Amino acid sequence: MKLPETFRAAFVIARRDFTATVFRKTFFLFLLGPLFPLLIGVGMFGIGAQVDRNAKPPPVAVISSQQDFELLSAAREQLAPAADPLPMVELRHVIPEADLAAQKDELLSSADEPVMAVLDGGLTAPHLTGTVTSKDRTARHIRLYIDEARRMAAGPPLKAVKVQITQSKKMAGPQAARRVQTGRSGQALLFVLTILLAGMVLSQLIEEKSSKVIEVLAAAVPVDAIFLGKLFAMLATSLTGIAVWTVAGAFAIDSFKAGGVSSLTAPAVGWPAFIALIFVYFSMSYLLIGATFLGIGAHASTAREVQILSMPVTMGQLVLFGFASLAVGQPYSTVGIAAAVFPLSSPFAMIARAAEQPALWPHLLALIWQGLWVALILKMASAVFRRSVLKSGKSRRRWWQRKAA
Amino acid sequence: MGERAIAAEARDLTKDFDGKMAVDGVSLSVPEGSITGILGPNGAGKTTTIRMLLGIIDPTSGTRSLLGHDRPLEVARAVGYLPEERGLYPSMPAAEAIAFMGALRGLPIREGRRRALQLLQDAGHEDWAKKPIRTLSKGMAQTVQLLGTIIHEPKLIVLDEPFAGLDALNQQKLEQLIRDQSAAGVTVIFSTHVIAHAERLCERIAIIAEGRAVFEGDVDEARGKLRPIVHLRTRSESGPWQSALPQSAKKVGGEWRFELPASGPEPLLKALIDGGAGIETLSIERPGLHDAFIAIAGEAAAREMGHVPASEEVA
Repeated sequence: MKLPETFRAAFVIARRDFTATVFRKTFFLFLLGPLFPLLIGVGMFGIGAQVDRNAKPPPVAVISSQQDFELLSAAREQLAPAADPLPMVELRHVIPEADLAAQKDELLSSADEPVMAVLDGGLTAPHLTGTVTSKDRTARHIRLYIDEARRMAAGPPLKAVKVQITQSKKMAGPQAARRVQTGRSGQALLFVLTILLAGMVLSQLIEEKSSKVIEVLAAAVPVDAIFLGKLFAMLATSLTGIAVWTVAGAFAIDSFKAGGVSSLTAPAVGWPAFIALIFVYFSMSYLLIGATFLGIGAHASTAREVQILSMPVTMGQLVLFGFASLAVGQPYSTVGIAAAVFPLSSPFAMIARAAEQPALWPHLLALIWQGLWVALILKMASAVFRRSVLKSGKSRRRWWQRKAA
Repeated sequence: MGERAIAAEARDLTKDFDGKMAVDGVSLSVPEGSITGILGPNGAGKTTTIRMLLGIIDPTSGTRSLLGHDRPLEVARAVGYLPEERGLYPSMPAAEAIAFMGALRGLPIREGRRRALQLLQDAGHEDWAKKPIRTLSKGMAQTVQLLGTIIHEPKLIVLDEPFAGLDALNQQKLEQLIRDQSAAGVTVIFSTHVIAHAERLCERIAIIAEGRAVFEGDVDEARGKLRPIVHLRTRSESGPWQSALPQSAKKVGGEWRFELPASGPEPLLKALIDGGAGIETLSIERPGLHDAFIAIAGEAAAREMGHVPASEEVA
């Protein structure tokens, strides 16, 4: 059968699969999918913050003169911005009593107004009592307060000067760090999407096999066309989902983040090229992994078999993802180049490179290279699919078996 | 038949599924415009033969041609196929399913939708058009698939066990559809293990048993494999006339039954009359396709197990 006929037939199958998936109510749920982890994340953050507020540690009781306490409090106020957003240890003033030892015992054992520790001895001979060690946060903060308070007590504080701030776009250091972060995020996004969506093609195949439609298809069009049609239908479905999520994500950032999308650190190749590359590298990654999954699906006849068979592939993908993530931040290292060259890790490595390096030509090279591998793997997977899905192809007996027969 | 072009042909087709020989040297030829039945018991290899003919699977050895092409999928647009295990997308509306089957075989989807509605209307089922397949009964879904098989107006229709699962009324409708297609010049091949359909519809049959084609030819030729059966009632209980009966003659309920001797009815009649049989009734029954099938398929099975020597083969 001529190639255009294969493509025509693939298009007919892809159109059916695409419309059957996208024009359904369940696809709306699919689009809402990424919202669930976000909502859970927001929920957990809210709960966490509440728990954090409720779990605010008790203050340190300071048995001292009013003057010393005021100095310590002023020192705390002075230092607080440096620790932001973490809170500094709080202080509570206690007037000294005759029996200091008994007073300390009483404070430390009080359940109504619990304290972390008790500080006495003023600024000259400070003594911290409680279940604290010299290295923990309470002790460190108290040391800082006392040092600052002693400086304040020694003389009038220096007149505060205003630091003039000028924003500059030349921020190689911080920007590089943020771009590494963008690269990692892009890589993780690509990996999660590939694994999730490539797996979906399997369920379609199982549906086809269980409803016996595969026989109708195979009698009318080449098996290669069925394979390509299914693969590209799910690719189109996935890209539709990603497009919706990208627009929704940009809208959400614009709505809720100060400065909107423009405040995000742009990847080295710029946002438009980066987003385009995410789509292209996702397609490459999806085709490479999806073809493998489809080859596996041809062997399986139930969803359970699919799960069992796809497990090693998923694990293999995790290894590849780990390999590609080693390349983040060091695109010109041996690992970085190896990850970019190895076809199955190449899309992940290259999307990280797009975040870090501005040059576009390596992407052109990588896409040609990945395209060659996509063609090769599609050919191989298609042959496996053909042999397995219909128990077709030539006899698998070896030549010596045939001779003996 | 010799003058008619061949629509489908198989030569020594074999199919080996990992050491199990499903089809073993099947040959058959289907003349254009004919209705040909492929008969055989369940598991005989009919479906595998059909799948090889249509190019769904490749044969292990042997050759096939469909409408003059040795690559069957190249002429898929001119072929309609109803598989044994019916396959339709459960969520697809009936009209859309019919149009989709046409689209697979090159019919533009818009034209397919138009024809699908027309076909449903002609069949008196226009109310099914928008119903998802899953809401239809098995028989209704089968009708939908059958309409999908002919929507692109193929030259050759292959139906694998088309009558299975249909009630008597729908079987009758299907028989009429096959006759209509044949009258329009379409070649029809169908497989069945119910002989009555083949007897009513086919001009040619191929009998497949245990992976082998044990007969291929006209229906009359198949019937000719068996000798006519004589049913005889006599007034005389015994006498010299009994020597005229073959050794295989059996008496069932007061009636003698035996194969008509090769010499024909006249010498038999003469011997019975001369022997004083007192013939009460005598009838000669031409064997049906069912008898021929059992004789041929049963014999093949026996040969497969080595119980029938080659010298005893039916000529």
